[in-house]
Amino acid sequence: MGHYNYWIVVVLMMIGFYIVIAHGNLIKKIIGLGIFQTSVFILYISMANVEGGTAPILAEGISRYSNPLPHVLILTAIVVGIATTALGLALAIRIKQAYGTIEEEEIQKKDNLDC
Amino acid sequence: MIISLESMLQLSIILPLLAMLAIVSTGRNPNLRETVSISTSLVVIYFVFNLYLGIKQGENIQVDWWELLPGLQISFNIEPLGMIFALIASFLWLITTVYSIGYMRSHKEQNQTRFYACFAIAIGSVMGIAFSANLFTLFIFYEVLTLSTYPLVTHAGTEDAKRGGRIYLGILLGTSIVFFLLAIISTWFVAGSLDFKPGGVFDPNVNTTVAGVILVLFIFGIGKAAIMPFHRWLPAAMVAPTPVSALLHAVAVVKAGVFTVLKVCVFIFGLDLLAILPSTQFLLYLAGASVLLASLVAMRQDNLKARLAYSTVSQLGYVTIGALLATSAGVIGSSMHIGMHAFGKITLFFCAGAILVAAHKSKISEMQGLGRQMPITMAAFFLASLSIIGVPPAGGTWSKWYLLMGSMEAEQWILMAVLMISSLLNIAYLLPIPFRAFFPARGMPVTDTGIKEAPLPSLIALSITAVGCVILFVYPQPLYELARAILDAPGLAYGK
Amino acid sequence: MLAHLPVLQVIVPLLAAPLCLFLTRSRLVWVFALAVSALAFLISCLLLQQVMSSGTIIYELGGWEAPWGIEYRIDPLNALLLLIITGISTIVLLAAHTSIQQEIPEERHTFFYILYLLSLAGMLGIVATGDAFNVFVFLEISSLSGYALIALGKDRRALWAAYQYLIMGTIGATFILIGIGLMYQMTGTLNMEDLSKRLPEVEHTRTVFTAYAFIIVGICLKLALFPLHLWLPNAYAYAPSIVTAFFAATATKVAIYLLIRFTFSVFGLTFSFTALPLQILFLTLGLLGIFAASTAAIYQKNVKHLFAYSSIAQIGYMIVGFSVSTTTGLMATLLHLFNHALMKSALFLALAAVVYRIGSVQLSQFHGLGRQMPFTMAAIVIGGLSLIGVPLTVGFVSKWYLIMAVIENGWWPVAVLILLGSLLAVVYVWRLVEAAYFKPPLPGRDTIKEAPLSLLIPVWILVIANIYFGIDTRLSVQVTQAASMSLFGVSP
Repeated sequence: MGHYNYWIVVVLMMIGFYIVIAHGNLIKKIIGLGIFQTSVFILYISMANVEGGTAPILAEGISRYSNPLPHVLILTAIVVGIATTALGLALAIRIKQAYGTIEEEEIQKKDNLDC
Repeated sequence: MIISLESMLQLSIILPLLAMLAIVSTGRNPNLRETVSISTSLVVIYFVFNLYLGIKQGENIQVDWWELLPGLQISFNIEPLGMIFALIASFLWLITTVYSIGYMRSHKEQNQTRFYACFAIAIGSVMGIAFSANLFTLFIFYEVLTLSTYPLVTHAGTEDAKRGGRIYLGILLGTSIVFFLLAIISTWFVAGSLDFKPGGVFDPNVNTTVAGVILVLFIFGIGKAAIMPFHRWLPAAMVAPTPVSALLHAVAVVKAGVFTVLKVCVFIFGLDLLAILPSTQFLLYLAGASVLLASLVAMRQDNLKARLAYSTVSQLGYVTIGALLATSAGVIGSSMHIGMHAFGKITLFFCAGAILVAAHKSKISEMQGLGRQMPITMAAFFLASLSIIGVPPAGGTWSKWYLLMGSMEAEQWILMAVLMISSLLNIAYLLPIPFRAFFPARGMPVTDTGIKEAPLPSLIALSITAVGCVILFVYPQPLYELARAILDAPGLAYGK
Repeated sequence: MLAHLPVLQVIVPLLAAPLCLFLTRSRLVWVFALAVSALAFLISCLLLQQVMSSGTIIYELGGWEAPWGIEYRIDPLNALLLLIITGISTIVLLAAHTSIQQEIPEERHTFFYILYLLSLAGMLGIVATGDAFNVFVFLEISSLSGYALIALGKDRRALWAAYQYLIMGTIGATFILIGIGLMYQMTGTLNMEDLSKRLPEVEHTRTVFTAYAFIIVGICLKLALFPLHLWLPNAYAYAPSIVTAFFAATATKVAIYLLIRFTFSVFGLTFSFTALPLQILFLTLGLLGIFAASTAAIYQKNVKHLFAYSSIAQIGYMIVGFSVSTTTGLMATLLHLFNHALMKSALFLALAAVVYRIGSVQLSQFHGLGRQMPFTMAAIVIGGLSLIGVPLTVGFVSKWYLIMAVIENGWWPVAVLILLGSLLAVVYVWRLVEAAYFKPPLPGRDTIKEAPLSLLIPVWILVIANIYFGIDTRLSVQVTQAASMSLFGVSP
C-alpha cells in the first residue's frame, strides 16, 4: 500500500466519471465533474510530497521540504475548476429557465419535439 | 505583327473569360450582349488562325504562367493536335453563337445572359485544354469546363433539368476526381513529370503493370470521352437547350474528352509503351463494345436528340480506339475524326434544334414528310449523316479510312469488324430520318404547310456546317497535315 | 518592442478583454475589439516573417530562464497557427457588428466581445507557449469563454449544446492535465523543449505511456476526432453565427496543433508511433470519420449541422495526413489546416448572412435564395467547391499533397478512399446548390434582399482568399514545409 494515494485518486476519478456519464440530472453531472477534477488535484498535491518534508518555507534547520511547484500549479487548476463549476451551474439555471427542467432526458424530449 | 504569338495564345484563353464579364454587364441589352459574343469569337478565331500559321512555319509557342505547386506549372504550348481542337472549337463557337441567337430568341428562353456568359467560360476553358502544355494545366481547365457547363445543362431549371444536371455533374466530376486525379498524381509519382512530351514521359523500363493500371485510370477518369460504362451523362445532358447540346455535347465537352485521351496516349504514354501495356487490349475491346452498344441503343431512340447523343457516344469510341491502337494511322484517323465528327454532329444537332423551333417536333416518328416544310434543314441533315457514316462526299470518309488503316496495321481484326458493323448501324439509324422526311411512308397524313424554316441565323449556321462537311471531303489536306504532324517532333515545320 | 512580440501576441487581447467593460456602446466595443484583433494579426505577420527569416524565436517570460521560467517559443508551426487564428478572427469580427444585431440582445453585446477576445487570447496562448502547464491554463481560458459564447445563441438548444460541450471539454482538459502531471512526475519539468530531452530517458516506464495516452485522448476529445465528435454538431449549429464561423476555423485547429506538438516535439516520433498502434488507429479513425461524417452531412436538414459534420470529416483528412507521419503527410495536414480554416470560415460567415436575412438555416428555407441573395449564395458555392477540392481553390492544394503523401507510403487503397470521400462532399454541397437554385422562393419570401455589405465584404474577403491561396500557394506551401521539416528535425 505504498502508493495508496494513487488508489484514492483512481477511485475518486472513477466515481466522478461515473456520475458524469450515468446521471441525467445536470447538477449531479456538475458534482461528478467536480469530484473528477478534485481527484486530479490530489494527484498533483500528493506527488509533490517528499517523505519527511515540510512546507516549503525557508527557515532554520529545515533541509527537506515538499516540492512547491505542483501546489502552485494546482492552485491555478482549482481556480479553473471553480470557474468551470460556476459556468456549468449558470448554464443549468438558464436551462431550467428555458426548458423548465434539468433532467437530460426531458430536455432531449423537448428538443426532439421542436424538430 | 503587332501582337506576338505568345500573347495571342494567352488572349485566346483570356478573352472569352473577359467576354463573360462584358456579357454579364451588358445583359440588359440583348443586342449589345450578342455583339460582344460574336465579336469576341471573331477575334479569337483570328488569333487561333494566326497561331495556326505560326506553327505551320515551325514556330514553337510556349507560355508559362505561374507555378501553382512546386514543379507543377500552369503553362501552355501549341502542338498540332491542340491546334486541330482549337481551330474547330473556335470556329464552331462563332457558328453556334449565330445559331443560338436565332434559337434562343425564337424560343424565348429565360436567363439568356447566364447562358452566353457560361458559354464564354466554357470556350475559354476549351482553349485552355487545347493549348495546355502539361496534364496539370489540362486538368484544371477540364474541371472548369465541367463546372461552367453545369448551369447550361440545367438551363431550363425544371425537375428534369435538375436530374440531368445531377447525372452530368455526378459522372463527370466523380470520374475526374476519383480516377483522373488519381491517375495524374500516380503519373507524377511514377514518372516525375506531367509535361506532354513526344514519346511520353514514362521511363521505357517502367513496370508495365503499374503503367497499365494508370492507363485504365486515365481512360475511366476522362469521363468526357464517354466510354461505357461512364457514358450516361451524355444522354442526360440532352435536357439542355439545343445550342448547348450542339456545341458542348457534340463538340467542346466530348471532344475535350477524346482530345485528352489522345493527348495522354501520345504524349504521356507514347505509342511504343502503349502498344506493350497489358491493359491496352482490354480497353480497346471496351471501346469497341462501347461503339457497338451505343449504336444499337441509338437505333431504339425515338427522341431525335437522344438518338444523336447515343450516336455521339459511339463515335467517341472510334476516337478512343484510334488512340489506343498505338499506330500512326490510328492517331491520324482519331485526330481527323475529332474534326470530322464535330462538323457532322453539330450540323445534326442544329437541325434537331431547327426542327424543334420551327415545327415543334422532337420525336423522329413525327418527322415524316417534314422535308417539304424544311427542305434546307433536311438536306443539311442528310449531308451530315453521310459524314457520320463515312461515305463520300463528306469528310467523315477520310477519318474512318485512316481508322480502318490503323486497325489493319495493328492487326486488330475484331476491331476492324466492329468499325465496319458500326458504320452499317449508322446508316440504319441516321439515314431513315431525312429519307422519311422527303419520302414519307404511304398512308402517313402529311400536312403541307408550305416552307417554314427555322429563323434565318439558325438556318445560316446549319448550312455553313453542312457545307463544311463537304469541304472537308474535298479539301482535307490542312487537317491531314496537322494530324500527320502530331507524331513528328513539335516545332518542326511540317508544311514545307 | 519587436523583441516582445511573442508575449504581446497573447497579452494584447487578454488585457483588452476586460477593458471592453468600460466601453458600453455596442459599436464602440466592436471597433475596439476589431482594432485589437487587427493588431494581433499584425503581430502574427511580423512574427511569421521573423521566424521564416531568422529561425525559432524564444522569449523568456519575465526574464526567467527556461526550464524554470515559462518560455514562449515561436517556430514556423506556431507562427502559422497564430497567423490563421488572428487572421480569421479579424475578418470574422469585421462582420460581427451587423450579425449580432440580429442574434444577440443589445445589452449582451459587450459580453460577447469580451468573451470573444478572451477566447482569442486563450487560443493564441495555447499556440505561443512552450510550457505544458501553460497550455492547460490557456486551453481552459479559451474553452470557458467558448462555452459561454455558444450559450449566447438565440435558440434555447444553444444552452444545452454549451452544457454538453462544457462537460466533454472539461473531461478532455482534465485528461490533458493528468497527462501533464504524470510527465512532470517523471521528468520534473514542464518546459516542452526540456521535456523532449528528458522523456527519452524514462520512455519505457508505464507512467510515460499513461501520460501520453491521457494527453492524446484529451486532445482528441477537443479536436472532435470521430467518434469523440458528439459535442461538435450542436455546438456549431446553435451558437451565434459569428461564433460558429470563428470556432469552426480555429478551435479544432488549435487542438490539431496540440496533437502535433505533443506527438512530434514533446514525445518524439519514435516513441509516439511505437508506444501505441497510433498509425493504424489514426488512419482508421480518420477514414471512418471522413465517411461517417460526410454521410451524416448528406442527411442533415439544418445547413449549419451539415457543415459541422463536414468539419468532422475534414478533421478526418487532417488525421489521415498525420497518420502518414512523413514530412509530406504532415505538410498535407498543415496545409489542410490552413485551407480548411479559410473554407469553413467563409462558409459559416456566409451562413451568418443568410441568418441575418431569413433568420434560419434550415435547408428547406434556402429555396430560391440563389436568385434573391446571389452574392451570398455564390460565396457558399465557391466555398463548397473548395470543400470538394476543385482545382484553383485551396481545397485542391491540400488534397493533392494528401494523396501524394499517401501514395509515397504506398497506401494506394487509402488514396482511392480519400478521393471517394470527396465525392460525398459533392453530394452534400450539391443538395444545397439545388435547394438554392432550382426551387422557387417560398411563399411570402419575395422581398428577401441581398445581405448588407458589412457582411458581404468579410465573406468575400474569405472567398477570394480561398481562390487566391489556391492559385498562389507560395506562402502556405513554404510555411507548412518549413514547419513540417522543423518538426522532423530536418533543416529545410
